[in-house]
Amino acid sequence: MNKKLLKLLEKNARYTTTDLATMLGITEDEVRAQIEEMKKEGLIRGFKTVVDWERLDSAYVSALIELNVTPLPDSGFEEAAKKIMKYDEVETVYLMSGGYDLCVIVKGKTFQEVAMFVGKVLAPMKGVISTATHFVLRRYKELDIVLCGDEGDDRGNFWL
Amino acid sequence: MIDYSKKLNSKAAALKPSGIRRFFDISEQMENVISLGVGEPDFQTPWHIRSAGIESLENGKTRYTANRGMEPLRKEIVAYMKRRFNLTYSPNEALVTVGGSEAIDLAVRALVEQGDEVLIPQPSFVCYEPIVALAGGTSVIIELKSDNDFVLTPEQLEEKITDKTKVLVLPYPCNPTGGIMRKEDLEKIAPVIIKHDLMVISDEIYAELTYSGERHISIAEIDGMWERTVIVSGFSKTYSMTGWRLGYALAPDPITALMTKIHQFAIMSAPTTSQYAAIEALKNGDDDIKKMVDEYDTRRRLVVDGFNKIGLTCFEPLGAFYVFPCIKSTGLTSEEFCEKLLYSKKVAMVPGTAFGDCGEGFVRVSYCYSVEHLKEALNRTGEFIKELKGSE
Ligand SMILES: Cc1ncc(COP(=O)(O)O)c(C=O)c1O
Repeated sequence: MNKKLLKLLEKNARYTTTDLATMLGITEDEVRAQIEEMKKEGLIRGFKTVVDWERLDSAYVSALIELNVTPLPDSGFEEAAKKIMKYDEVETVYLMSGGYDLCVIVKGKTFQEVAMFVGKVLAPMKGVISTATHFVLRRYKELDIVLCGDEGDDRGNFWL
Repeated sequence: MIDYSKKLNSKAAALKPSGIRRFFDISEQMENVISLGVGEPDFQTPWHIRSAGIESLENGKTRYTANRGMEPLRKEIVAYMKRRFNLTYSPNEALVTVGGSEAIDLAVRALVEQGDEVLIPQPSFVCYEPIVALAGGTSVIIELKSDNDFVLTPEQLEEKITDKTKVLVLPYPCNPTGGIMRKEDLEKIAPVIIKHDLMVISDEIYAELTYSGERHISIAEIDGMWERTVIVSGFSKTYSMTGWRLGYALAPDPITALMTKIHQFAIMSAPTTSQYAAIEALKNGDDDIKKMVDEYDTRRRLVVDGFNKIGLTCFEPLGAFYVFPCIKSTGLTSEEFCEKLLYSKKVAMVPGTAFGDCGEGFVRVSYCYSVEHLKEALNRTGEFIKELKGSE
């Protein structure tokens, strides 16, 4: 396991093998082998791109849904969580401490679509006691990436 | 009409203009310049530090502080020096200044007078010579050599010492070379300094920025040197706080006291908001330093490798955030190289000669830029070198 390599990939999954090797002071073969190894071990789960869909007409809506769930005697919230995560509409599922049990982030084309998913799929699900739906109005920062313009570089070209 | 030339201070008027003014002007006329020419971090000041400054304003902390800086800040500075560099000072031996820049100015003014000689190893930061000149001292330049990674040797030092020599400026980790002085290097020059009863102004503003397992050692830690050393440091580079204008000096009490006296008349006290932010930086900023150093280190490797691949040899700098590649193979002078590169590829680098005549044959490259930016600059520089070779 190479923590520095993970940190670089977490920052930018598109660094080339050559650059990664140089930046870490190891060989390209080592970079490739370590990434494969970490994928196999399940340390690296995937590579994605952060898209600012709001700039396109095809923007989607998403909502954070608080679920209260009756825990099962042996498996607790596990069964409900695993069932919910199977739906394509579901982007994220977390087990939470505090006021509610599962946090589910749902994506859809319209508010209507998301609301329907909550009403028809999540709310009636066995064990689900209550839902509270919070729609996302604007995304400012996601996965460390700023989506609303940043502080920019106001340095000049020359400074000693 | 007033003849201003008769009114102006002749020492100030005689100071050499900065070696980058011309390049600055040229690049101002251009669009889409990819610059590697800036000596300040690209990171923003970490938010918790900015936040502490903002909070102090909200709480109405808008007045002067004690001349020498707030007591809690001086306590934190001293604790930080102990924790990170194993140096022992009392809070009264710390003076909070307007950047490391003011600390350098004060140290020179407190130690140097008419007729004194000050040894300045070069290539190095540009402020030492002018400040010495204004104080009435004489700068004596020691030319550092690339073949020993720009380390100051006892022989080079001994050679320039006269009975007028009073102060040695020790600029490590070094802007522009990225060179450092290891403990064994310092132990070699210390006996010479002691033998000739010299004082040292040690500019350690880049102390936190060292790589490949190197840890900065201060000359003040070497036997017999604490009592001869003024350490200059600051927040600009360590915490990405250049615009806050805050630094400090650490020295034995008689020196700090005199520096404080000058500071009291010239400055009153360093910016209050910045002092509050600095307390937060010292208390809770060690992780920020680590994050930035790790990031600089990956860029450093990328840039060193990039230059060597292009054919501009580049020793591995172990400190600061600069690399100092040699451009002698192009047959151009440093200035010609930088000017041609700027005009033809819109890449900005600083000619080594901006840091002293012995910087000829080198250029300073800052890696305070994103990896994408650095790669683009390296690509363009690579093309430039190819075209130069093709046109021979
Ligand atoms: C070697 C060196 N010393 C001192 C300074 C001054 O820094 P500040 O006044 O921002 O603390 C700089 C800034 O570039 C520097 O490179």
